[in-house]
Order: sequence, then structure tokens, then C-alpha cells
Amino acid sequence: MDYEAVIGLETHVQLKTRSKMWCGCPNQYGAPPNTHVCPVCLALPGVLPVANEEALRLTLRTGLLLQCEIPARAKFDRKNYFYPDAPKNYQLTQYDQPSTRNGHVEFEFNGTLSRVRITRAHLEEDVGKSTHFERHSGVDFNRAGVPLLEIVTEPDLTSADQTHAYLNALKEILQYGGISDCDMEKGMVRCDVNVSVRPCGTQALGAKIEIKNMNSFSGVRRALEYEIPRQIAAVRRGEKLVQSTRRWDDVAGVTEEMRSKENAHDYRYLPEPDLMPFEPAQDWLDNERASLMELPLARKQRLMREYQLPAGDAEVLKNNRALGDYYEPIARLSKNPKLLANWIINNLQARLVEIMEKEKTEQASLGLEPDEMKFTGLADLKFKPSDLLDLVEMVARGALSSASGQTVLAEMVASGKAPSAIVQSMGLAQVSDAGAIETLCDQAIAQNPNPVADYKAGKEAALNALKGQVMKLSRGKANPAMVGEILQRKLRG
Amino acid sequence: MLNQHTISDLTRRLAQREISAREITQSCLDRIQQVDGRVRAYLSHDPADALAQADAADQTIAREGWNEARPLMGIPVAIKDVLAVRNHPLNCASKILGNYISPYDATAIEKLRAAGAIIHGRLNMDEFAMGSSTENSAFGTTRNPWDLARIPGGSSGGSAAAVAADECIASIGTDTGGSIRQPAALCGCVGLKPTYGRISRFGLVAFASSLDQIGPITKDVRDAALMLKVLSGKDSRDSTSLPDPVPDYPATLSGNIKGLKVGLPREYLVPGLDSEVKKSVDAAVQKLVGLGADVCEVSLPHTDYAVATYYIIATAEASANLARFDGIRYGMRVDGNDPAELYSRTRGAGFGPEVKRRIILGTYVLSSGYYDAYYLRAQKVRTLIRNDFLNAFEKVDVLVTPTTPTAAFKVGEKAENPLQMYLSDIFTISCNLAGICGISVPCGFTSPGNLPIGLQILGPPMGESTLLRVAHAYEQSTDWHKAKPPLQ
Ligand SMILES: [Zn+2]
Repeated sequence: MDYEAVIGLETHVQLKTRSKMWCGCPNQYGAPPNTHVCPVCLALPGVLPVANEEALRLTLRTGLLLQCEIPARAKFDRKNYFYPDAPKNYQLTQYDQPSTRNGHVEFEFNGTLSRVRITRAHLEEDVGKSTHFERHSGVDFNRAGVPLLEIVTEPDLTSADQTHAYLNALKEILQYGGISDCDMEKGMVRCDVNVSVRPCGTQALGAKIEIKNMNSFSGVRRALEYEIPRQIAAVRRGEKLVQSTRRWDDVAGVTEEMRSKENAHDYRYLPEPDLMPFEPAQDWLDNERASLMELPLARKQRLMREYQLPAGDAEVLKNNRALGDYYEPIARLSKNPKLLANWIINNLQARLVEIMEKEKTEQASLGLEPDEMKFTGLADLKFKPSDLLDLVEMVARGALSSASGQTVLAEMVASGKAPSAIVQSMGLAQVSDAGAIETLCDQAIAQNPNPVADYKAGKEAALNALKGQVMKLSRGKANPAMVGEILQRKLRG
Repeated sequence: MLNQHTISDLTRRLAQREISAREITQSCLDRIQQVDGRVRAYLSHDPADALAQADAADQTIAREGWNEARPLMGIPVAIKDVLAVRNHPLNCASKILGNYISPYDATAIEKLRAAGAIIHGRLNMDEFAMGSSTENSAFGTTRNPWDLARIPGGSSGGSAAAVAADECIASIGTDTGGSIRQPAALCGCVGLKPTYGRISRFGLVAFASSLDQIGPITKDVRDAALMLKVLSGKDSRDSTSLPDPVPDYPATLSGNIKGLKVGLPREYLVPGLDSEVKKSVDAAVQKLVGLGADVCEVSLPHTDYAVATYYIIATAEASANLARFDGIRYGMRVDGNDPAELYSRTRGAGFGPEVKRRIILGTYVLSSGYYDAYYLRAQKVRTLIRNDFLNAFEKVDVLVTPTTPTAAFKVGEKAENPLQMYLSDIFTISCNLAGICGISVPCGFTSPGNLPIGLQILGPPMGESTLLRVAHAYEQSTDWHKAKPPLQ
């Protein structure tokens, strides 16, 4: 019998707020241990939490981006468990009245559109971080009380690859929305996976097995690539799988049992009496809705539709939001939006990479750490986006060769001058005067008897060598299309 | 002696430069020296610090004159050991906090300081405010100044005893189920439990967060009004504090209660009600009638469920609130081989039996499978109890009841019987469940025995002005508040 996997995810994402969830301590990664702490986030006797409005707002925004319902009233609950990294020995979370619920995410997978239902996205707080030394342990509470969004899916995923694609789509949405930086290395995204197997075509769910401790999206994929065949093999052997929690060992590449259902925690949820229920005001919600950004996938589809971009280019402009935002306003004015996209994705990006490499070397020699380095970005360019539009239009109408266009772009980056001024001062305007090009072609034919003979003998490629010679004679300014035409005519004649 | 006087007396004389803050403070310190070895109201206090604050107050008065905006200038106020005071010990009368010193001031303390008060001493209480006698303190029982063989009530027993014995001018207590009103009644003081949310709880170590409220214990009603005005108001650090404007409470003490409607809850005539207490409360009601009030009987039908409801909700919240005392970050620690062992050893050694009993009870009522039957049902009953009161306040302005079923009992008398002890809060508990306000004022003495009896007046949410006006009118028509305990 064939089996299929049923997969659901709980993804924890740190929100990009200035301060922590209940106090004014900075929400900032990388400070020395226990320097971003105060009586509130250390749970000293007598303190009370005060909800961070920015976190509440980002939660609602997430809900809207994930097509969720926003209930009129949400509340916080205490989830009780003892652990040294939990300062209060309870975690504040939203148990039965979350801020958002019943949404979905759409993403491309295997050439089609996948849809995963979102059960809920609720707000909670992060805990501290334990470090174990030889004879003792330490806890860093800098992270304690950082706002955390838990995004729970329905069991709608069916494979490791699809799960991986969902996570990437989710990350993209959260980064797009300014909700989280989703930096895996800084622990900003963590996920738990629930997976079970069942005979293909059946509906009942098998014993749910939870896998913890994956710290990258590829870790999730590898864990599933291990766990799904493990469960199927076990079922085929006639073993009965039971609800349990397993831990992913990234080094060994295996999952191992942590605890079974009998040892499951009883969290004794209790409504948090120190906080009032949260009832988002209508104008607050309306504002958030009105200022909501387009989802990445919708943008890609629209770029393809409105500007006739190939899927690959639209994907690049979707993935790199800054680049997409640079492109769109000038694309609307452009007669050649496809060519414009090409110039931005290839030539402009190449320039930026070039600059970054140079700046990296410079700043490294000044002794700066990679974290502290600053690079020129799109916003720092000396020329206006409309200048780039002008440049591409010149190339498109043949007033400038593609090669000269590159030279002009380099000068625009360096000086910020307008392309027309550069073309004029460097004398790069493309020569489209047929008489002048004919003279150059005659010259090239006279000076290169061998390619001429080759072409006449049927070697089409030889024409390119001759074209190159003409371009060289024109110092790159001859209109290449006209050169090709005239050469062909002369050689055939 | 200055320590016997009220805030309003002393501030009037301070304003006239007749006396100094140092003299007031010194008189309290002398009295502590004289009687606290027997009363044991204070867990600790720092005379040098108190005198330094007094001198600073005197200098301010000398420099700037008397400032009405700082109505507690130069007045020593003693603090229950459950409120955080910067650089002072904070123990909640428990061993588990070890030698913990608070790094910050509670909002109530900040407000007292801003009003010019001298923050002095740590007052004894039942451990984590769990109890009605101070017998649950890890540091010994406070004695009732009226009879040293008897308890002062609790949990704010130290706060009431210190005021009654004139060891301070006023004190701060907290009331979760009667912990201000009951000891105030048993010690012959005025004790005010404000509406839930009236005073910020920031810096109050939580016992039961949805029931806890800070309030003053004073020598008369005017002082309570004065303290309430200083302490009240919205606090950005306490989301449950209420934004309502703070009235000038002392200005509402007109003495006039003509036509005021007073309700007597039928259900409060319980079998355990002491006849002496009943006699005094009946006489007080007659006094109110004499002052022009209209008295009628009202019903609070869910009263019978109050004690059970209270002990479910309060212990459930306490079980989570007290989880932070784990030996990891502060306070006492008994090491173990792993966190679980460290926790159980620390908490096993650090908490007293009543605290453990309530944590276990609270843990149980929240456990999966029991939550609906206990906690959820208790929340529903709590709503019914609140509605009982709101319905009653449609018909009457205030309710009048005894504060306690009996006068102060003997040390050890109920210590072995927690249920009996819980029932001593039977008249005060509903007020916290309903989130309304209440006050206890002296209304007589037992005879024989000469033990104080308290009259409880309950008002609707944010009804403090009316509450204080009635309490003040009654008080001014009697001499009970002027009596001093026979303590030399
Ligand atoms: Zn903090």
C-alpha cells in the first residue's frame, strides 16, 4: 500500500519592534548577556506587563497578510511551566482568543499554486537563552519578553519540499510586511513540525508526531525527509505509532523520541489578570488595511501581467523588494518595460555588487566587522530613477548602442550626471547614418580578406568577426543592426 | 505625643511651623522602641533613614513654605512588606526572598514620596498576604495592641497594629479578600479598600492579581480620604488601573448624609455572627438613621458562594504569581542537581505551609480536567456576585455590614483550622470579587473584653466619595476612633 504524509507547522517568528513585548528594553540581538533587562522582563517581585502596541499592530498586519479573520476581542493567557529561561515560570500567550485566525497562504510549488490554511497567528513572548558550562548553567534574559508570533497551519502540507516552499513563502511575506527580519542565524525564526502518515486516499489522520529543534528551513526539510520514510516503514512493519514528541539531531540527521503523550505537559492555562483584553479599534484596523502592502506572489503575477515580464524576471523583482520598488514607478512610464527590467536586474545590480565589493574591502581594511559595514544601496545612487529610464529608452530606440549604454551607466553611477549629458560629452551617440556606416563597412571588408572569404564559403559566423571590426572602427558607436544589414548586402552583392 | 495624632492635625501644625517633621518622626521611633518588642508590627525599619527623610522635609518646608500640593509632607507612613520600596528589603514575610532588596519603587510609593511622605519600615503580614491573623508570617505573629494575647487580623496585621499602637501616623496595606478592612476592624483603625483599579498595583507583589488592591490604614476617615487622593490614578505601568479622574476626596466629607439610602444585606445575618458585634452594628445603623439616612434591607443572593469562589480564583492566580520565586534569579536558593530539584528544594524550604496549601489548591483547580468544574465555574459565579452588588447599588447608595463576624481571636485559636480562618473573611471577600470599594470604621467595643469592632460600608465601583462621606459622618457622631489601646 502507498502512504502519504500529512504535515502541519508551528512557526515562531520574532517581531521587528523597537522594544520588548511588556517593557521598554530594546528588542535587539547580539548585546552582552543580561544587558537588555529590567525589573519587568526579569520578573522581579511586584512588576506588571504592559502590552507593546507596535507588536499588536504587527500581529494584526500579519493576520491581514495571511487573509485571517481579526476577532473583535483577543486576550492573553498564562501558560504555566517551570524552566530556568522563563523568568515568570509562565509564558504569556494567546490561548483560546488569538488576535488572528482562519487564514491561508498561497505559494508556487512544482509549477502550480499551493494553498495552506492558517489556523491562527497569535502573539506571545520569547524566553531567555540557557547556556550550559562544565559545572553550571547560565541564562541570558536579553531575549526574554521579545514579542513572538506563533503561526500555526492546518495539516495541509504533504511533502518535505512543499513544506520548505511554504516556509520560504511565509518568510517572504513577513519580510515584505516589515513584520520580522526572519534571520534564522539570529534565532528569529524557529519551527516545530507535526507529521503523520496515512494510506493514500484515506482521510483519517494518523498518530501526530511533533518534531522539535530544527534551526533552519533546510533542517525542517531534512527532518521530514528522514521522518516520513521512518513512519511509513514502521507502519509497514505493523508497528503502531503513538502521539509523541521527537527531537531532530542535525548532526546525525535523525529524529529521536523526547517524550510520549503520557508525559505531555499540563500547562494549566489561565487568563492573564494583569492585562485587559485587547479590542482593536475599527479605525486602527481600517488604517492598517488601507496601508497594507501587496503580497509577494500577487506582485509577481501582476508584474508578469502588466509589464509582460518573463517569470524569471518577475521572480527576481519579487524576491528583491527594493529592486522591485525601484523598477515599478519607472516601468509605468516606460515604452519598453521588459528591456528596463533587464537593465535593472542585470546591469544596475552588477554595478551595485561591484561597488559593494569595493566598499567591503575598504571597510575591512578600516577594521570594521561585517555587521558594522554600510554599503551603497539603490537609495544612495547619485542619479534619479528617471535617468535610468531615459538611458534605457535611448538604447531601445537605437540612439545608443547597448555597449555604450553600459559606459554611460558607469558614468551615471560615478558622477550622477544625466545620461544625455554623458552621451554628449563622451561623444557616444550611436551612428545611424547609412552613408557613414557603408564607408566603415567597405573599409572592414578591404582590411579582412579571410573572414570575407570564409563568409562567402558559407560560414555565417564569419559575419560576426566583420561586424566586430566595423564596430571597432566606429569606436562602438555604429548602430549594430545597420552594420549587420549593410555588411550582408555588400558581401552577397 | 505627636505620634498619636492624625495626618490632618499634624500637617496643620507643620504648616504653622509649630512642630517639625523630625519631632513627629522621632515620636514614632520612640514609640516603636517602647512597644514594638511586644506588638511586633515591624519586620525591620531604619531610624537613620527615616530621620534623614524628616530633615529633608523640614528643609523643604523651611525653604518653600507649606505646599498644599504635597499634603503628606513630613508624615511618616509605614509600608506593608509586600510593596517594593527602592533600596529597602522586600520579603512578603516569607523566607523565600532571602535578603532581597528592591531596586525600584512601587507606583504607590512614588506617589507617597511625591506628596512628601516619609517612607518608613517594613510591616509584618501573613506570608504573601495569605491569611487573616499574621500567624502565617515566617517572622513571627504581630500582636493586637488592644490585647497582646490576640491576633491583629491579617493579612495587613502589621499595618493595622502599627497605626493602632501609634507606631506610625498612617500605613499602607493591601486587600485581596479583606486584608485591610479586617485587621483595621480588629485593631480599631480605619481601613479603606478602594475600587479595583483605583490605585496602581505596580510594585505590589501579587497574591491574586484580579483581587489585590492597595489601600490606607489610618486613625480617622479624613486621613483615609487624604491618602486615597494621593495614591489614586491611572498608571501607564498597570494596564488594569482606571483612567477616571481623582476627586478631591477630603473635600467631599460634608458630614451630611440626609436622604442617603443605606442597604442592609439580608444574607449577612449568619449564625456565626457574634452578638456583641451584632449589637454594635445595629447601634451604628440606628446612628445613621439618626443622621438622616434611609435604611432598607437588600438581598445579595449569591453570598453563600463567595468564600468558595474566592478560594478558587485567588489560589489559581496565586499558583502562577508565586511561580517566579524559584531560586534562579533572586532570593533564597537551595541547590539541586538539576533545575527540578533546585526548585522543589528551594520552594520546599522557602514557603510556609499556608502558602504551599494555596499553591497546591490553585494548581489543582487549573489542572486539565478540573479547570471547567472549578476555575471556569468560579469565574461565572464571580460575575453573579458582582451583578448582585450592581443590582443592590441600583436601589441604595451604600451597604452596611459588620466587617468581621467576631472581634479579634486569640493567637493560635484558629491556626490549626484553615477553614475556620477562611470564614473570618466572610463579610469582606465579596467586595474583592465584585471589584467594588469598602471601608471599615470603628463602631464599638466588646464588653467585657474591650476589643474593637468594625463597621463595614461598601460602595459601588468608583463610589469612594460617597463611601467616605458616610464613614466620616458616622465617625464624627461617635468617639470610637478616639479610643487608644491600653498599651504602655
Ligand atoms: Zn525589560
